[in-house]
Amino acid sequence: MLTAILVMVLLAVVLGAVLGFASIKFKIEGNPMVEKIEATLPQTQCGQCGFAGCKPYAEAVASGQAAPNLCVPGGDNVAKSLAELLGVEFQPVGGAEGAGPKPKMVAFIDENTCIGCTACIKVCPVDAIVGSSKLMHTILINQCTGCELCVPACPVDCITMEPVKTDLAAWKWRYPVFELKKAA
Amino acid sequence: MRTLHKFHGGVHPPQHKAESNGLPIAPAPLPKRVIVPLRQHIGAPAKAQVKVGDHVLKGQMIGAADGYISAAVHAPTSGTVSAIDLHAVPHPSGLPDLCITIEADGEDRWIERQRIDYKTAVPDAVRHALRDAGIVGLGGAVFPSYVKLNPGQQAKIKTLVLNGAECEPWITSDDMLMRERAAEIVEGIRIMAHLMQPDEVLIGIEDNKPEAITAMQSACQGTSFEVVAVPTLYPGGGEKQLIQVLTGKEVPSGQRPINIGVICSNTATAYTVHRAINHGEPVISRVVTVTGNVQKPQNFEALIGTPISEIVRQAGDTSHYIMGGPMMGFDLTNLNVPLTKAINCVIAASPALFPPKPAAMPCIRCGQCAQVCPCNLQPQELYWFSQSRNFDKARAYNLFDCIECGCCSYVCPSHIPLVSFYRFAKSEIVMQDREKIAADQAKERFEFKKQREEREKQEKAARMAEKAAAATAAKAAAAASGEMEDPEAAAKKAAIQAAVERAKAKKAEAAALSPSPHPSPVEGEGAKNTEPT
Repeated sequence: MLTAILVMVLLAVVLGAVLGFASIKFKIEGNPMVEKIEATLPQTQCGQCGFAGCKPYAEAVASGQAAPNLCVPGGDNVAKSLAELLGVEFQPVGGAEGAGPKPKMVAFIDENTCIGCTACIKVCPVDAIVGSSKLMHTILINQCTGCELCVPACPVDCITMEPVKTDLAAWKWRYPVFELKKAA
Repeated sequence: MRTLHKFHGGVHPPQHKAESNGLPIAPAPLPKRVIVPLRQHIGAPAKAQVKVGDHVLKGQMIGAADGYISAAVHAPTSGTVSAIDLHAVPHPSGLPDLCITIEADGEDRWIERQRIDYKTAVPDAVRHALRDAGIVGLGGAVFPSYVKLNPGQQAKIKTLVLNGAECEPWITSDDMLMRERAAEIVEGIRIMAHLMQPDEVLIGIEDNKPEAITAMQSACQGTSFEVVAVPTLYPGGGEKQLIQVLTGKEVPSGQRPINIGVICSNTATAYTVHRAINHGEPVISRVVTVTGNVQKPQNFEALIGTPISEIVRQAGDTSHYIMGGPMMGFDLTNLNVPLTKAINCVIAASPALFPPKPAAMPCIRCGQCAQVCPCNLQPQELYWFSQSRNFDKARAYNLFDCIECGCCSYVCPSHIPLVSFYRFAKSEIVMQDREKIAADQAKERFEFKKQREEREKQEKAARMAEKAAAATAAKAAAAASGEMEDPEAAAKKAAIQAAVERAKAKKAEAAALSPSPHPSPVEGEGAKNTEPT
């Protein structure tokens, strides 16, 4: 009887020690879910989800405080992969009708109208606007994520969003369309 | 006799070479206008060196290489630059690209040509001459040759392979060039061999071109170059396939021939190397096969930039035009496109020659495509993943080793356009990768901006605190040492005081002279000056 109890206690102590050691040794820093979610997001830092950037949104989604279908630039594709990641049912972005990913847009400053107030430079999340006080501003289109944050910031409404033109370097082969023969 | 090896798979499509190789290469008539695209090679497009209205001479550089992987473009004839703008180019997308349009003056006057003695010149000077002569691989990939001929830190080049296989049906431009200008091709090979110093030079020609083999063999007499007849099997002219047939070595997945000490170049490229180095003539023309449903199928030596419509005089019921061969080429959307360095063949297609493909049926997983794939891939799996947009899986199954030769589509009993799916998947994956890089960059920039704003805030707070501390310290010091002010401030104060006194005196004087009620403006200024500045 006593031996049995001792054996069990010993076992419990040894296994407990192993578990305790493992929990310290293999501890994961941070929430790995946040990183996975953030990798799925398009990193436009636009704030259209209601959070100040992609990382805060990823943290909110991971902790269950935000729905996974709030990313407007990512559209349904991102919403779908987030829903899959979280194991919840997919809800289309922006209500029942859904939304595909928006065509890629970049901001454009009408340089004749620009007064050089630097308001847009301050709101650009990725520093894609160059210019100085009372001097013309311009957009670095390769860095612009198309977040549209600069559009309302401009006091003279000289910023518009322009679709990115497809040139030869950015051209993609289309999905081949062909009719399948009906099985007899 | 050299032992030849085999590559996996391959097919025997009808060759249709006899149509166009019966007549010698004919010079195409001088066009009235040439349109020279700035992007005729892999890599960065050339940078325009002329402006509208400039008069250019034949062979003058009008676009310089921009960056390492790039090549120059030249004026194909003398004339005046009439436009530098977007023009339709031969590309499957049908999208326009930046081109320089030259109105020919009909004189066809050459710029001064400078030949280079490659034996005494430093190798880099020869390579730069190749870049500035716009030499690119004329086998179809149009990769800048000077980059390829720069082994850099790589191990020694064992084999230089000259590709004269020309395995694609209908095309005979390399065949005719080898028959007619074998000696000049061999001169070009000499230059390449001098640059690379390979142990052996092999010239691979498919055995369906006996005249070309004989011509090259007699031109190679007295040299160490070996002409090897390789069995006719499509795609035996693929770079990796030809290397395998000749050397038995397989280029590993995701690597290039240079990794196994082999360099492969087209025979037509060797010809342009000879023209550039020994004659100072840049690539301003090329031999192009015009065949199919045309009045007289033949090879033409045409200027780069000649509109295709001026070269092709088609017969009746032509339905469309194929650029390149029927296996790997694509349909031209418009005949008003210029000839570029990449175009070795234009086929006028008619329903009789190229009957429309029957409707595709579902994949039955028969595996015939896997049997003919020269890259040892599993085309049926790649098709499955591509059509379901499962791009990660497609990549894991080595989609990027696919050379798009079209053997799988050729044998598919269900007539599925397999290569179209691979091209679709490849371009999607390339785009996804680019977007990923852009997203990572945006994230980095966003985080840096946040960090910077935080730092600026802290710096501002620190500055304010410092100022406040300094102010209190100064106050305390002033209180402690009575009226001990610094002389500058004291002088300023005295000056202000003097100005106030003067203003007061003036005012009193004015009041004494004329007792007008309006206040003097001087008083206001004086009052302002007394404010602490």
